[in-house]
Amino acid sequence: MIEISNLSKTFTLHNQGGVVIPVMAGASLRIAAGECVGLTGQSGAGKSTLMRMVYGNYLTAGGSLVVAGVDVARASPREIIALRRSTLGYVSQFLRVVPRVATVDVVAEPLLQLGRPLGQARARAEELLSRLNIPQRLWSLSPTTFSGGEQQRVNIARGFAHGFPVLLLDEPTASLDAVNREVVLSLIEEAKARGAAILGIFHDEGARARVCDRLVDVTGFTPGLAA
Amino acid sequence: MGLVDVEMQAALDQPLLSVTGLTKRYGARIGCGDVSFELFPGEVMGIVGESGSGKSTLLSCLAGHLVPDQGQVTYAGRDVLAMAETERRRLSRTEWAYVHQNPRDGLRMGVSAGGNVGERLMAVGARHYGSIRETATDWLGRVEIAADRIDDRPSAFSGGMQQRLQIARNLVTGPRLVFMDEPTGGLDVSVQARLLDLLRGLVRDMGLSVIIVTHDLAVVRLLADRLMVMKGGRVVEQGLTDQVLDDPQDAYTQLLVSSVLQV
Repeated sequence: MIEISNLSKTFTLHNQGGVVIPVMAGASLRIAAGECVGLTGQSGAGKSTLMRMVYGNYLTAGGSLVVAGVDVARASPREIIALRRSTLGYVSQFLRVVPRVATVDVVAEPLLQLGRPLGQARARAEELLSRLNIPQRLWSLSPTTFSGGEQQRVNIARGFAHGFPVLLLDEPTASLDAVNREVVLSLIEEAKARGAAILGIFHDEGARARVCDRLVDVTGFTPGLAA
Repeated sequence: MGLVDVEMQAALDQPLLSVTGLTKRYGARIGCGDVSFELFPGEVMGIVGESGSGKSTLLSCLAGHLVPDQGQVTYAGRDVLAMAETERRRLSRTEWAYVHQNPRDGLRMGVSAGGNVGERLMAVGARHYGSIRETATDWLGRVEIAADRIDDRPSAFSGGMQQRLQIARNLVTGPRLVFMDEPTGGLDVSVQARLLDLLRGLVRDMGLSVIIVTHDLAVVRLLADRLMVMKGGRVVEQGLTDQVLDDPQDAYTQLLVSSVLQV
């Protein structure tokens, strides 16, 4: 579902003397349906950069990056929008929402984007929010005032509302207590069981050992860091 | 897939608006130069840039308020610039809408809220008073204006309410393409958020294509699928909104993005 070959990335800082920073070279990776691959490597080695490239959030300098048949490195914005809507989900570490929108609607949004009826979308949102132990009295409030852990769980609920065939997870268990960590790990296992291809960053070693089928150290793709 | 579905899909795969080499000069100065893009049904495109970058000139040329010196604008397969004035006016009353930054420019201040909305329906041929009033009431509800304010004039409304009324007046005829010039510009931050949510819902539910001009990067991040960055009348960069904001390629875009204060 994800096929990356010989991918590279540079940043050019035009306003800081035009410095060119090569951050990735020769990255190759394949993830099949139902498989979960964890990215490892020290902070700054390029784990998030690679993930953002897969999502089409960062441009690529060279190589190819095919997600569910779409070459993200060359696709038009319109093709990437369509890919993100139906196929490619991303749970980032930060919740970014329109202020004052109710939590239940934030979670239901990806389903509404797909044209699902409002009632059905809300029901799915409520199911996930209960599962992730967000108290019902908070559902009608905007998540912008929630605690970090609550925001993260809202973000996870939103990411799992639609059964995306490809999922990117950036530290999904980072600030969660044991009970909610367990819920998130079960959600990941269920997604794998239904055939989702997952690329994730997990600092939590227990979580990594439990859900990842393989680990890939991105240090091998970092210019200047590779042995 | 039925025949209708096939036809609908085919329509969604065609650009609603195609712009090629659009140029407008003010004497020797370039208002906007050599702008090209395609907008598809249901897409929201943001145009950002500082004052004088040409973003408002571009919007005015697209909406037919200014006549460009060069270039081509094709809407749903029709050459907009070659159209007779009457035909273009009919288009801008029916299939297009224009939301001004200042609601006073888009509303009739001496006419009631219901009248502002109903007038648009009458302009496209509605004649039955009861159904016009019913539709107007329904639209006021959709933009969160209480039904008991239907007979009040916009001058009695707050800025946020006036802007919501302008949106109702523009969308009541079911347009396909909406031009917006700084729609959240003059509003308090708390009112902006509510308006953004309203716009997102309407765009999604009505399948609108939108071109929104703003200088507010937070607004485009939340509202626009695609982003075009302008400087000195030229397009310096365009792409997926979050890609342009998170991995800007052009020197000017990098400066623009890095100049935003973090809150």
